[in-house]
Amino acid sequence: MTALAALLVRDMRLAVRIGGGALMGVLFFLIVVTLTPFAIGPDLVLLERIGPAILWIGALLASLLALDRLFAADHEDGSLDLLLMGSAPLELTVLTKALAHWITTGLPLVIATPLLGLFLNLEPQAIGAVVLTLLAGTPALTCIGLIGAALSVALRRGGLLLPVLVLPLTVPVLIFGVAASNAAITGSGFGAPFMILCALTLGSLVLGPLAAGAALRQGVE
Amino acid sequence: MALIDLANPTRFLALVARALPWLAAATALAFACGLYLSWFTAPDDYQQGATVKIMFVHVPNAWLAMGVWTVMSIASIGTLVWRHPLADVAAKAAAPLGAAFTFLALFTGALWGRPMWGTYWVWDARLTSVLVLFLMYLGIIALWRTVDDPSRAGRAAAILTLVGAVNLPIIKFSVDWWNTLHQPASVIRLGGPAIHPAILTPLLTMALAFGLLFVTLHLAAMRNEILRRRVRAMGLMQAHAAQGA
Repeated sequence: MTALAALLVRDMRLAVRIGGGALMGVLFFLIVVTLTPFAIGPDLVLLERIGPAILWIGALLASLLALDRLFAADHEDGSLDLLLMGSAPLELTVLTKALAHWITTGLPLVIATPLLGLFLNLEPQAIGAVVLTLLAGTPALTCIGLIGAALSVALRRGGLLLPVLVLPLTVPVLIFGVAASNAAITGSGFGAPFMILCALTLGSLVLGPLAAGAALRQGVE
Repeated sequence: MALIDLANPTRFLALVARALPWLAAATALAFACGLYLSWFTAPDDYQQGATVKIMFVHVPNAWLAMGVWTVMSIASIGTLVWRHPLADVAAKAAAPLGAAFTFLALFTGALWGRPMWGTYWVWDARLTSVLVLFLMYLGIIALWRTVDDPSRAGRAAAILTLVGAVNLPIIKFSVDWWNTLHQPASVIRLGGPAIHPAILTPLLTMALAFGLLFVTLHLAAMRNEILRRRVRAMGLMQAHAAQGA
């Protein structure tokens, strides 16, 4: 347990120091949301309607940004071998790394969402809905991305491959995240899609570390 | 002959060499029957006219699009659990075939959708999930092409294939979840098929023909992959020998 806590603290420290990518994701998120109105025009009514979708797409892409370094950096300096040989189950170790990654890259996205929601002319209720769905959905994105990150260690040069492998798997999360947000805005049945979103997150919390652990065991020999 | 006997590639190649001509002949025969039935026996639809016959190509391809991923998943379990030496050959050979069947399902669906729905493409749940399946096939192929060591690539692809297998039920049941423009499943369902036998017989014959086509092409592709790996191993040995001399 102390080993896992130490790993969590270490990963979070590394992420906020020089060379870590903690705030890069938020910056990317901000830029994506800023670029969208340039592409579709400054129509506030239209922006309000598609706002939740823009925020979700931005968060989805931003959460992928720092993923390829998640295990690759540890692999290069040899600490991944220590993690593999450690007494803690590899799946729990991987889950801990995912938690650290989510706290440093996923949670800032959720915190930045209200500000970006104002840019997109969203009502307070809509902003609340998007924040809530992102809070429930971004752990799923991290856990699914975990699989790609672990595979890209095995593949050595997986940086470009990672989004191609991971993005199709995130489709259900995106669908139910946006559906729940829109349902809260129109006032029709927020509960059902939100529950399914939570279920997807819980499912990927199990599947992600298992598959990532298997990929790491196969890849590092 | 048990599955373990096929672990010897030479024995497998001998079996393929014996079986392939028969399989090719059976495929040709099944296509001849299926095409005859669908051109001349199956009636035109009272609403859709002759365009309904696209179904005889579209539906088998859609079934195979999902079926090939199942084959790949079983092969992946073979790779990860039993380390069967031919399992990753089977998975690798199946991926481009699956991508091709998925593409054909999408393509024929678009051609069918234009006269029926008035558009080539709608963002219906089922179409979208087949498109996602197609993207995942391409991802698997890209993964195979990234790594030069076949066994390393095989295990990585096996894990990704099994993760992707979670996506298959979503495709199958997305019709019931979002139920929009696309016709709900009408052949495999509780209470028997909802299609008249005059249409069902050619459809199943065509499905058999496409299934045989897949088996034939898959075995041939596996043979090619084994030979390709032998060529690679011989090239490596030659390079080593040249380095030593």
